[in-house]
Amino acid sequence: MKGYVHSLQSMGTVDGPGVRAVLFTEGCPLRCAYCHNPDTWEMKEESLVGAEEIAERIIRLYPYIKNGGVTFSGGEPCVQAEFLYEVALLLKEKKLHIALDTSGCILDESTKKLLTATDMVLLDVKMTSEEDYGKYIGGSLGKTMDFLGYLEKKGIETHIRHVVVPGINDTEEDIKKLRELISPYTCVSKTELLPFRTLCLEKYENMGIEFPLKGTEQMDKERLQKLAELI
Amino acid sequence: MEKFTKEWNGFIEGKWCNEINVRDFIQKNYRPYIGDEGFLAEPTEKTKRLYGALEEKFKEEKEKGGVIGIDTATVTSLTNYPAAYLKKEDELIVGLQTGAPLVRSVNPFGGIRMARSACRAYGYELSERIEREFLYKTTHNDGVFRVYTDSMRAMRHTGILTGLPDAYGRGRIIGDYRRIALYGIDVLIGEKQKDKKELGRKRMTEENIRLSEELFKQISFLEKLKEMAGLYGIDISRPANNAQEAIQWLYFGYLAANKEQNGAAMSLGRTGTFIDIYIERDMRLGILDEKGAQELIDQFVMKLRMIRQLRTPEYNELFGGDPMWITEAVGGMGEDGRTLVTKTAFRFLHTLYNLGSAPEPNLTVLWSEKLPEDFKRYCARVSIETDSIQYENDDIMRPAYGDDYAIACCVSAMKLGKQMQFFGARCNLPKVLLLSLNGGKEEKYGMEIGPQMEPVEDKVLDYNEVRQRLDYYLSWLAGEYVDTMNVIHYMHDKYAYEKTQLALHDTDVDRVMAFGVAGLSVITDSLSAIKYAKVRPVFDERGIICDFVTEGDFPTYGNDDDRADEIAKELLDRFITELRKNPTYKNATHTLSVLTITSNVVYGQKTGATPDGRKAGEPFAPGANPMHNREKNGALASLNSVAKLRYDSCRDGISNTFSIVPDALGKNDEERKDNLVSILDGYFVQKAHHINVNVLDRQKLVDAMENPDLYPNLTIRVSGYAVNFHKLSKQQQKEVISRTFHERF
Repeated sequence: MKGYVHSLQSMGTVDGPGVRAVLFTEGCPLRCAYCHNPDTWEMKEESLVGAEEIAERIIRLYPYIKNGGVTFSGGEPCVQAEFLYEVALLLKEKKLHIALDTSGCILDESTKKLLTATDMVLLDVKMTSEEDYGKYIGGSLGKTMDFLGYLEKKGIETHIRHVVVPGINDTEEDIKKLRELISPYTCVSKTELLPFRTLCLEKYENMGIEFPLKGTEQMDKERLQKLAELI
Repeated sequence: MEKFTKEWNGFIEGKWCNEINVRDFIQKNYRPYIGDEGFLAEPTEKTKRLYGALEEKFKEEKEKGGVIGIDTATVTSLTNYPAAYLKKEDELIVGLQTGAPLVRSVNPFGGIRMARSACRAYGYELSERIEREFLYKTTHNDGVFRVYTDSMRAMRHTGILTGLPDAYGRGRIIGDYRRIALYGIDVLIGEKQKDKKELGRKRMTEENIRLSEELFKQISFLEKLKEMAGLYGIDISRPANNAQEAIQWLYFGYLAANKEQNGAAMSLGRTGTFIDIYIERDMRLGILDEKGAQELIDQFVMKLRMIRQLRTPEYNELFGGDPMWITEAVGGMGEDGRTLVTKTAFRFLHTLYNLGSAPEPNLTVLWSEKLPEDFKRYCARVSIETDSIQYENDDIMRPAYGDDYAIACCVSAMKLGKQMQFFGARCNLPKVLLLSLNGGKEEKYGMEIGPQMEPVEDKVLDYNEVRQRLDYYLSWLAGEYVDTMNVIHYMHDKYAYEKTQLALHDTDVDRVMAFGVAGLSVITDSLSAIKYAKVRPVFDERGIICDFVTEGDFPTYGNDDDRADEIAKELLDRFITELRKNPTYKNATHTLSVLTITSNVVYGQKTGATPDGRKAGEPFAPGANPMHNREKNGALASLNSVAKLRYDSCRDGISNTFSIVPDALGKNDEERKDNLVSILDGYFVQKAHHINVNVLDRQKLVDAMENPDLYPNLTIRVSGYAVNFHKLSKQQQKEVISRTFHERF
């Protein structure tokens, strides 16, 4: 089977434990205001690659990632869950650790199948209210929480990730609310706050689209550190 | 040899007692260490005072434009300077190169013109006396130019061959300085005298006559070495009696080599495990503690950091940053499976904290999958915090060189005391590609060089035709290159023979002749462009190609894409095969390196536009590095491309410089250490040879370029060695900054 692959970043150390290959797929139903990969929104015909070819390229990196693993990211990887499931099975022949970096907006049968081959989920809880989800994300908090509920039921280790944007979700209340949302779930082993950054501006300019958060400042690292202590 | 002498009390006996055999001594007596760095000691007050004095000198040197002074009245040799000190009362290890700290000596044996112009470059004049003395003396440089053919001169002039050791010492010879400590000079002299007598019983062929004269010189310089130590009131005729003496004895050997020779790379060898045996013995006897042991290593390293040679500005362009390549090999595994890591391996690395980070000595970790985990993690920490060390693959070198080899210069392995190298700098591969397309017309000066034929036609280049041309010219180049090297090394042996260093080798020494290539990634991507895209040459009014128009995409080296990587691999296999077809001086074994030092900048300046899209004059990537910013798939894919180059074809080393920003290596210190260990293990298990690791932000270098005073000790790895960033030329600094820094996607 073929899938729409944006790129394979051979070395990632921030998307899951250890040294990892990170596979970025194309296609995403959400339009997060702070998205830093707008170039992965659309599926492009020229990006089609076979599952075997991708698995082979990843396995070339085996000596480095054998103690780390592989992370499926995007875009929203669950858009192509069938394809990734095939890739995952090939990687599992090498016993590679697989992490899925998702927004949790798609929980269909294909995604559930993909989760059977997934060791860890990096779940992006983007906002803490339905209102903000509607306003800044174009998605729903309910769906994300349903996804988390499913992970809890299946006992899949989960890291929560949450991008903190100045002026949008950077108050102590916001973070406390996040804590309340996720504290009942025992599958969550770690919650990470990520700083909003403006490194993606060039991408938006190159693509000729307006960056919705133009003018918003980057998140201050020290303030983020303080907020993280609330978790 | 003598019977077991009193200086050896407490050592386990073995073959080493009856023959010169340092390896056997080490194997019988060393103690592997598999723990962590917790035992290490801070610098002592004495060390701090001495280092304070040294820092003052470094400052003064910098203020004087890089050279604190030149002794223009003395020709350098072992006994031509009186004993001199930095701060005598605090010095545990003594011996300076000249009469005062950091003052450079004049060494006209390689060539008087070079010595003269180096003096002038810093505002000095070579003394009348030396000028007169050398008026009727043939130097190495004189000898070479008496024999160079027109073709060799043209290749040198246009930069097809660059950096040849025809006006300075060839270096890359490592005396086994440990022998002095273990046996004392008198035993070494006795053994050489025995060899000379033995030789006298053979027929006096040209070869044996020459060797006999060489032995005469070796013996006379061992005598001088003893005399030199005597100037400091120290008698090294006998073996060393304790750790301090062992370090002092072997340092005297290294110092003497530097007084005699100004080789480009004067490497130290592999002294740590050897010294550790003496430290352990002293500790058993209760005469040394950890503080004292670290103090000795700190003081030794301080002396090494003071070694200087006088160079010309042209030399500095090729080998930027005033490097000495005092390479010390650290770690590695033994043939019996025990690690050669000892506590002294840690102590050497720890000098980068006790004395601050610095480029010398060039600490080179011999990496093996089987190294103790705690040592791996400590090395990773040192890399992340100091950017001062490099790594080479012990698991591929040990099968070829045993477990008592060391590294000369950056990446050249050799068996200690048993092998020497004829250093051959490097040839410019992209330039040879252009020469072949132009049918033997050099693209910059328009000179006719090599076989003459019609240039390629004014249409899209055909890959097969280009390869035929290139292969033809590579074959021609190989012959010319070997001939040039033969001339150089014949003359070096004749006029600037390394008496001290070779006295510390076995008499029957094994020789390799080390060739090199520059611009591997440029020629690879150029050939890939011709093969996978449409490349059309553009001719100037002379009928010589001045540019290329390239249409379409093509795979580039550095992306783990076999279409490009195979081209690089095959080119190297082919070139060493071509070199091997040509006989070498003294039947040396041909080897090849992919290493540029900082000459990648000069090579680029001397080379016209290339089909990969590189403009005329733009720098090449260093060593075996992919061209910057053509690596699209991240750090590991880039490493995988380099790992495909076969060490068997490039036994003189494959250099790769890897720069990564701290945030891309991990979220915190612990993760970064673990991740770097995973990367190194993953790279080397695929039989890659070498890697320089820099963990820093590009912005820091930009800052350092603009405000050098704020970063006096900023050290970075460039190509097989480390430099103080501020010692690089502006152009070299810019090139380093333009390189790929692996960042988070």
